[in-house]
Amino acid sequence: MKIHIKNGHLIDPKNGIDAKQDIYIAAGKIAGIGKSPEGFTANQTIDATNLVVIPGLVDLSARLREPGFEHKATLESEMQAAAAGGVTSLACPPDTDPVLDEPGLVEMLKHRAKQLNQAHVYPLGALTHQLAGIEITEMCELNEAGCVGFSQADIAIKDTQVLWRAMQYAATFGFTVWLRPEEPYLAKDGVAHDGEVAARLGLKGIPAAAETLAIASILRIAKETGANVHLCRLSTAEGVDMVRAAKKTGQKVTCDVSANHLHLTDFDIGYFDANVHLKPPARSQRDKTALSNGLADGTIDAICSDHTPVDDDAKLYPFAEAEAGATGLELLLPLTLKWADDNKLSLSDAVKHITQSPANILGIAAGDLSINASADICVFDAKQYWKIEPKALLSQGKNTPFLGMELAGKVRYTLVNGHVVHG
Amino acid sequence: MQNPQLTNDGKLKHLLSIDGLPKSILNQILDTAESFVGVAEREVKKVPLLRGKTVCNLFFENSTRTRTTFEIAAKRLSADVITLNVSTSSQSKGETILDTIDNLTAMHADMFVVRHAQSGAAHMIAKHVAPHIHVINAGDGRHAHPTQGLLDVFTIRHYKPEMHNLRVAIVGDVLHSRVARSEIHALTTLGVPEIRVIAPKTLLPKDVEKLGVHVYHDMREGLKNVDVIMMLRLQNERMTSAMLPSSQEYFKTYGLTSEKLALAKPDAIVMHPGPMNRGVEIDSAVADGTQSVILPQVTYGIAVRMAVMSILAGN
Amino acid sequence: MNLPNPEALFEMLAEQIKPMITAKTAIVGIHSGGAWLTERLLPILGKDIENGILDVSFYRDDFNQRGLHNETKPSQIPFDVQDKHILLIDDVFYTGRTIRAAMNELFDYGRPASITLAVLVNRGGRELPIAPQISAFNTEIEASKNLQLLRHQDGTFYFTLEENE
Repeated sequence: MKIHIKNGHLIDPKNGIDAKQDIYIAAGKIAGIGKSPEGFTANQTIDATNLVVIPGLVDLSARLREPGFEHKATLESEMQAAAAGGVTSLACPPDTDPVLDEPGLVEMLKHRAKQLNQAHVYPLGALTHQLAGIEITEMCELNEAGCVGFSQADIAIKDTQVLWRAMQYAATFGFTVWLRPEEPYLAKDGVAHDGEVAARLGLKGIPAAAETLAIASILRIAKETGANVHLCRLSTAEGVDMVRAAKKTGQKVTCDVSANHLHLTDFDIGYFDANVHLKPPARSQRDKTALSNGLADGTIDAICSDHTPVDDDAKLYPFAEAEAGATGLELLLPLTLKWADDNKLSLSDAVKHITQSPANILGIAAGDLSINASADICVFDAKQYWKIEPKALLSQGKNTPFLGMELAGKVRYTLVNGHVVHG
Repeated sequence: MQNPQLTNDGKLKHLLSIDGLPKSILNQILDTAESFVGVAEREVKKVPLLRGKTVCNLFFENSTRTRTTFEIAAKRLSADVITLNVSTSSQSKGETILDTIDNLTAMHADMFVVRHAQSGAAHMIAKHVAPHIHVINAGDGRHAHPTQGLLDVFTIRHYKPEMHNLRVAIVGDVLHSRVARSEIHALTTLGVPEIRVIAPKTLLPKDVEKLGVHVYHDMREGLKNVDVIMMLRLQNERMTSAMLPSSQEYFKTYGLTSEKLALAKPDAIVMHPGPMNRGVEIDSAVADGTQSVILPQVTYGIAVRMAVMSILAGN
Repeated sequence: MNLPNPEALFEMLAEQIKPMITAKTAIVGIHSGGAWLTERLLPILGKDIENGILDVSFYRDDFNQRGLHNETKPSQIPFDVQDKHILLIDDVFYTGRTIRAAMNELFDYGRPASITLAVLVNRGGRELPIAPQISAFNTEIEASKNLQLLRHQDGTFYFTLEENE
């Protein structure tokens, strides 16, 4: 299928393009930028006048809820949501049911995803069996089955010796370990940032120290074992400082932030809005500013959606009992655009954080529009506002703190491997 | 964000938390409560205000005392009262909370008095009830116990009318206490100039000063020259979760004895929301002594709750 | 219309009430106008007559429509109502509903031997089968107007007669 996307504003951070350029697709790959390749006749033309054309988004964390949580969401619905959000590659955490700690399960997931012919799915394997933090998994087998890294999802390993050995083993083969830094005892039963808002609302707080203590341990162990580590969902100002300092010493570490945490603070809990019950919790204004600055100066490498759909009833509980998490695949782009706009950053800077950088972290060939790259493309209207409401979302998860808001950035077309999956 | 407790024209629709209520509404409740104090002393201890209305006590967390005072208050207003003790075993999911509410609405309940172990439960219920139904928070987790806060300031106002000159000390487990939070909000809203919290660090929430209080860890220092001492109940769990070593040491450092009471003003009053742990947070001599207003608190509690229900029912 | 001076009416009221006082009489003023009148009557009537104030806010029949009045004051009936001859005092008698509420409230204190209603002005327009036995001035005032008894700083009474909003 030969496709010509014409008249769009092309932004490709990797190749330094930020201009009006046409793009030509053939055999599922990018065949030409700007100039039509020899003998190219389009079967389909997409008019991208007044639209922006970027590499398909690469989302470092999206829970697809299969296997095991089909009442919350299914692969079908969430892949459609990804397409609607312009996401063409995504990594999913291993906290499915059963946990992704067996190669067979990983293969099945990859197979299911491939059949749907939408976004590329890159599973993260469990670092320990059942995520229980006791025995390490068959990382080589899992890697062969398609795991791009190993993670503990939201369940910290309590036994430091196990954490050390798991990271050491991963380091043997150069596998990246993905960890959300949170000291489990300090965070136990906590549901909000430990500060004035939690004090006022009578909610158990998770101190910032829970994150910084964990970052300190993880970074130290990574240094000693030589493991590549990716820190997931930073939420504290001090955490950003620690990563900045570590990077300065030359330590190989990457990290991401959830799009939610670029826009929310603990004050947004308001009158106990369960949609703002997140992991990690939304913290103070100071933390939010530091996260933003961290992205801008490169300390934080990427923005992810942390897509966590829950079923309708799961939020209809008193705050602490409501299930944590927010739906996000369809909000990654508009929230990133809003962040860039609020901080007076260029569209190109914004796009880098959700395309090229996450692709580098995953170690996949994606996130750019180089010639012969897979034609994974997102075409969107940067100026079109749309209202975030249940009927506007394709994900089965309608749980978002941004409900009722109007955000700019509507995806018009999404292509994966050169065929249109949305639009 | 529109305060869910108030209607568009600023009238009280639900009583969920003292935090966020204007002074005028607090004063309206307190002034109305004055009129109800006398009702208890009459031959017929009832007024017909809520005749024909149904008040439903929805207690997801057990409490005989609070439930009984709300029942008495509702009955003195001539309301019909239903009490539902939903034990925690049968109520394990929020669906039950909202389903229960829907069922009760179908039975024409006009007012819900709700107690729940989780902070924010009353807010959640208020968000989901039909528009004509009023919700009173009888205690949600650690967050708020507004009628207790109100009856406490009513009591203070009765004995110490010059609120603008008072020094008040709240002693004990502020971290876990919804009563303390409500008391603090009521006192700050009514303009009490100095509010002290006296507790070990393990029993204070982070950033508690931001609620408008001065922190003391030394009880003797904290009690100097105070006019009102509000004691909080200490629960056994605090010893088993490494926040305190023992109730004996707690009594020694933070228990109110006659000797410590003498550091406060000679006419200082002693309050406690009940039930008391004698010998843990308070000495019997003080609890039963002349400066204690703990029993009047209970009487005033009924009048204040009658005031709250009347005002809500009329809005 | 020309309303008589309420001070003059007050003198007339006091004259009519004086002969009714017995050992078992108690005077109860309805807050706020009736309470003011009672305050002025007591020294004139001379003896130590049992007296009290009623605030009928909790007995009004329009609670469901209008809610609780902003300024309720505690009723004070410091004597035993049982078997007393109550002299109920109010400033303006209109629909009769305030008196119905006052009587309901009084009966929650005990069973009086009798109740005699004495008012400064009966403005006509009653909606219930209730009427004052004593009234210093009888007239007809349109429903569109609101008649109020007020007090100057020095305690002397005056009337206002205004259009309803």
